[in-house]
Amino acid sequence: MENKSYTKYFLILSVLLIILFFLNISFGSVSIPFKDIFNSIFGGEVAKESWETIILNFRVPKAITAVLVGSGLSVCGLLMQTLFRNPLAGPFVLGISSGASLGVAILILGSSLFGGFLLSNSASNWSLPIAASLGAFLVLSAVIIAANKVRNTMSILIIGLMFGSLTSAVISVLAYFSEAAQIQQYLFWSFGSLGNLSWNEISVFFIIYIIGMLATVSIIKPLNSFLLGENYAKSLGINVKKSRNIILLITSLLTGVITAFSGPIAFIGLAVPHIARMIFTSSNHKILLPSVAIIGSIILLICDIIAQLPTSEFTLPINAITSLFGAPIVIWLLIRKKKIFI
Amino acid sequence: MCKNSILKIEKLSIGYHQKKQDKIVFSDINLSLEKNKLITVLGKNGIGKSTFLRTISKVQKPISGRILLNDKNISNYSEKELSTQLSLVLTERLPESQLTVFELVALGRQPYTNWIDKLSKEDIQKVELAIQQTEITHLKDNRFYELSDGQLQRVLIARALAQDTEIIILDEPTAHLDMHHTIKIFSLLKKLVKETSKTILISSHEVNLAIKLSDEIILFTDNNLYTGKPSQLISQNAFDNLFPKELINFNRTLEQFVINKN
Repeated sequence: MENKSYTKYFLILSVLLIILFFLNISFGSVSIPFKDIFNSIFGGEVAKESWETIILNFRVPKAITAVLVGSGLSVCGLLMQTLFRNPLAGPFVLGISSGASLGVAILILGSSLFGGFLLSNSASNWSLPIAASLGAFLVLSAVIIAANKVRNTMSILIIGLMFGSLTSAVISVLAYFSEAAQIQQYLFWSFGSLGNLSWNEISVFFIIYIIGMLATVSIIKPLNSFLLGENYAKSLGINVKKSRNIILLITSLLTGVITAFSGPIAFIGLAVPHIARMIFTSSNHKILLPSVAIIGSIILLICDIIAQLPTSEFTLPINAITSLFGAPIVIWLLIRKKKIFI
Repeated sequence: MCKNSILKIEKLSIGYHQKKQDKIVFSDINLSLEKNKLITVLGKNGIGKSTFLRTISKVQKPISGRILLNDKNISNYSEKELSTQLSLVLTERLPESQLTVFELVALGRQPYTNWIDKLSKEDIQKVELAIQQTEITHLKDNRFYELSDGQLQRVLIARALAQDTEIIILDEPTAHLDMHHTIKIFSLLKKLVKETSKTILISSHEVNLAIKLSDEIILFTDNNLYTGKPSQLISQNAFDNLFPKELINFNRTLEQFVINKN
């Protein structure tokens, strides 16, 4: 019945995704002819060698990062909204990103308190993602331990929010005792950035991303049963506690690694599931999961193109763009549609 | 009688586990339920009907005692096993999603579907049958949030039917329904017991209807628990203990509760 229109939407969105991927690569502070972009990706002759370097080592990694971050955050948002049966939930409600921020804050801001060796200029590119992952993992462990102590899923939501404000408070204290230069460095990280990832970093990112996505596909069944609430899910033979822990683990892993590599990127995780539900008018996770992933990638690619301010030398913080352009769109969609679902 | 029994309850105490002292709602429940019956649980508000149903369906733990489903203690059933023996219709509101009626009923097939929840031919047949039996074919493609309370209740019953279990337990399926829809649900359940040879256990406040339509009644009163055919309970004067007598009284000749005059 409706399957045909689903296929149609998926086709349109996939084509849009591919077009935007290449469009994203073709925009940047240096303008490069499309022919040379094509050639550098597919191994042809390129007019200038620097162009090939720009494309292969900067723009393609950035576009791939946009796809991974956009789809990853959106899937996490969907998981959280289904688990908490709350349309306001997102990947950040568990305090995971605050944990990542705390890790980064301790690294950058704490360096003056704990001695300057933590982040010298020679420190490798890996210190930021490692600090962020450690922070995210720490908060995640605390949330999962707490989650298994409380019966009510809504309590986990509140516990996550509390961990979030706790870590923010610690960051404020750290910032208060830090020097302006360090605060600025931290601030820049918190603006979010899709660039600056080396191919090595992307491969680590990609492996964790794939693990998270495969795990998500494996829990489609419990996710659908959660649409009836936990008691019904249990009566359908679902191990609610186990499924809940898997969802928490996937979200933390993905949000943690995304925040580690690209900073805290707001709005995408909360909004994309709603956009997907409006387009596909479905709550079935077999439909929603792929659509959320594609739409998330598309939106982050668009946001990144806007952030480039095409043909200019400036780049705006991606975190600002996602909210500046995204929030009004979602508000408009919700006012038009009047009813929101999980 | 033993041969036909499906659910046996021995020395059951129900209530809530608490740190200092367990809060017992009702204790020493002993009864045996037979197959292929419509059984109604009656009792005033707060006496423990819901707690009882939640306990025997393993939503919450008993304080003490045993619940045997087909001669096996339900605490020894895995969730998966139990889901093929016992299905539920609860009073809690469903989260607001865009599930269609068909999708919602089809979720009842989850105990039988593969890891990605693909419906087999047999699954689809069972879903369609459940939809027919509950007379909701015309609603199949509607979203469930568009339905009236009465329609939604039939959809939830269809979901439980699709789960293909011997027992269906329904917690107050006629709450919020008007007189017409209340009777409609009761007669639907009665019809299902007849047609499908399932055992259906419901809790209700519709005492008069339950007396007329149930095969068995489990009656919770302040001091006692009565079980038996409606006529047996009437002859035991059991219903006299159901409510305080200042407003309503049980009339044995009419076989129903009537409001006191003046």
